[in-house]
Amino acid sequence: MINEKELLKGNVALARGAIDAGCRHYFGYPITPQNDIPEYLSAALPKIGGVFLQAESELAAINMVMGAAAAGRMAMTSSSGPGISLMQEGLSYMAGSELPALIVNISRSGPGLGGIAPTQGDYFQATRGGGHGDYRLIVLAPNSVQEMYSLAGAAFKLAIKYRNPVMILGDAILGQMKEPVLVSAETIQPYDQSRALTGAHNRPARLIKSLYLADGEMEAHNWKLNDKYNLIKYNEVRVELDCPDDCSLAVVAFGSCSRIVRTAVEKIRDLGFNIGLIRPITLFPFPEKEIQAIVKSTPTLLVVEMNTGQMVDDIRLASSGEGEIFFTGYPGGTVPTPEQIENKIKEILRIKGEVK
Amino acid sequence: MKNVKDRIIYASPRSLKDNLFHFCPGCHHGLAHQLVARTIDELSLQENVVGVIGVGCGVFLYDYINIDCCEAPHGRAPAVATGIKRAIPGLAVFTYQGDGDLAAIGTSEIFHAANRGEMITVIFINNGIYGMTGGQMAPTTLPDQKTTTTPFGRQPEKEGYPLKMAELLASLEGTAFSARASLHNVREVRKAKLAIKRAFQAPLKNKGLGMVELLSACPTNWQLSPDKSLAHIADKMIPAFPLGTFKDTL
Repeated sequence: MINEKELLKGNVALARGAIDAGCRHYFGYPITPQNDIPEYLSAALPKIGGVFLQAESELAAINMVMGAAAAGRMAMTSSSGPGISLMQEGLSYMAGSELPALIVNISRSGPGLGGIAPTQGDYFQATRGGGHGDYRLIVLAPNSVQEMYSLAGAAFKLAIKYRNPVMILGDAILGQMKEPVLVSAETIQPYDQSRALTGAHNRPARLIKSLYLADGEMEAHNWKLNDKYNLIKYNEVRVELDCPDDCSLAVVAFGSCSRIVRTAVEKIRDLGFNIGLIRPITLFPFPEKEIQAIVKSTPTLLVVEMNTGQMVDDIRLASSGEGEIFFTGYPGGTVPTPEQIENKIKEILRIKGEVK
Repeated sequence: MKNVKDRIIYASPRSLKDNLFHFCPGCHHGLAHQLVARTIDELSLQENVVGVIGVGCGVFLYDYINIDCCEAPHGRAPAVATGIKRAIPGLAVFTYQGDGDLAAIGTSEIFHAANRGEMITVIFINNGIYGMTGGQMAPTTLPDQKTTTTPFGRQPEKEGYPLKMAELLASLEGTAFSARASLHNVREVRKAKLAIKRAFQAPLKNKGLGMVELLSACPTNWQLSPDKSLAHIADKMIPAFPLGTFKDTL
């Protein structure tokens, strides 16, 4: 099946991507709109000698992932808003214990039980660590079924490289829609087992922990983690930049929203306006330097999110007061139409005097 | 005295490190650690075992037993142990948990791990109190027992009843062995040692989850001397938490 296009649903593509990357351990708990992932893996994993286990809760699921990761295995879970909230405890422990794994959030609207429609309201939770303590997850934001497939492999690569949990942040659109996918398995090298708990056979006993009580130990651990996060910021930023020279305005959007924005941007370009599109693919590390550079030549940015304004904070931080930042948001499961975004762009062009 | 080795009839377990226990005088964690280490030696598991340690005074088990260990979030040790065991089925995996950890915040994890028949061993320290956090009420606190959060004594009509985990877990299909033992005198310690061994053997023989509840003293938080603490176990705890084996399918 290698190098052939297949028509896949986003959630299934992600599950396929994880298997092709070498993941053989899945632990999860049902929640809409991500159920295709566990349903697919419950059939696929046992056939290839893998482990699928439906946990009693998301709390248990993330801790099972933690156990499998501690044993040196590539493990994953998937969930949505309320379940991801329950997993924050385990994610904090895994970040503190430097355990790699893939966590998928096919997010739904909130707060609370919210709704199951597509939203981007979990941006803060994903990019600020989410649980207690001073840590970060690496966060990848696909915008197509192809990327649901390929970023699953990329996520495991990053998780193993930095010994850190990686989150894929999608939504119901990405999880449920079908698109053609180029399935090309990228082989992941089995990762360094030098810290795996496998029984202390012919070697000193190993310990996986996040408790540091001795004076100065915790601070040293925090700085060590911070050095790692800085290295990730330096090495791993992924961003799609489509900003023609001298463009007067650039629109910033991630995930499924960026697809709608692209349609709007292309229509505006057809009217003869030179505008750009910026799509962060890594939400942590955030493309700060790229944003800094763009606001110098393109001082007007429009940030479009399916929430009340979360990534826009990172844009403001990156631009450090330079340029003019506009925001338009669609929270609560409302998906904007290209026309709505087109009108917003026109409104800004009018304010800036480019459209009469 | 020609052969000194022949004269050794009792020695520290090989898998027990030569570190001084940090536990309070009269605390039974040290004794429980020693019994676990001795069992690991007897079953030749030192190079093939992973301990998953819950949150509480027992969290430093890895400072004393020389084996691979993983800290688990409060109450989640059976889930972490499940992940390890499912990843490497050939390993012996055990959890070491206190009563707050296993019988309060972690009831969901222990019940479902037992119900799935996870091939793990559970060492449950029941001292009727939260030791590490300073003596608050546990689900195992006795009626009328004073703690720092039940200053007038635990009132069952307000705060519920002591939870009998060994009996509850014995009722689940996936549990292969469930027993309650006590560490308050030598005779009971010997029985506890046997129960710990069977709790390890149950998953090793693929029978199911093995669990042993150990009635243990916490003199500091009980505000009793070590010897009065032993009497407290005999006179107060055992009537509420009967000793015995509640399930044994080995």
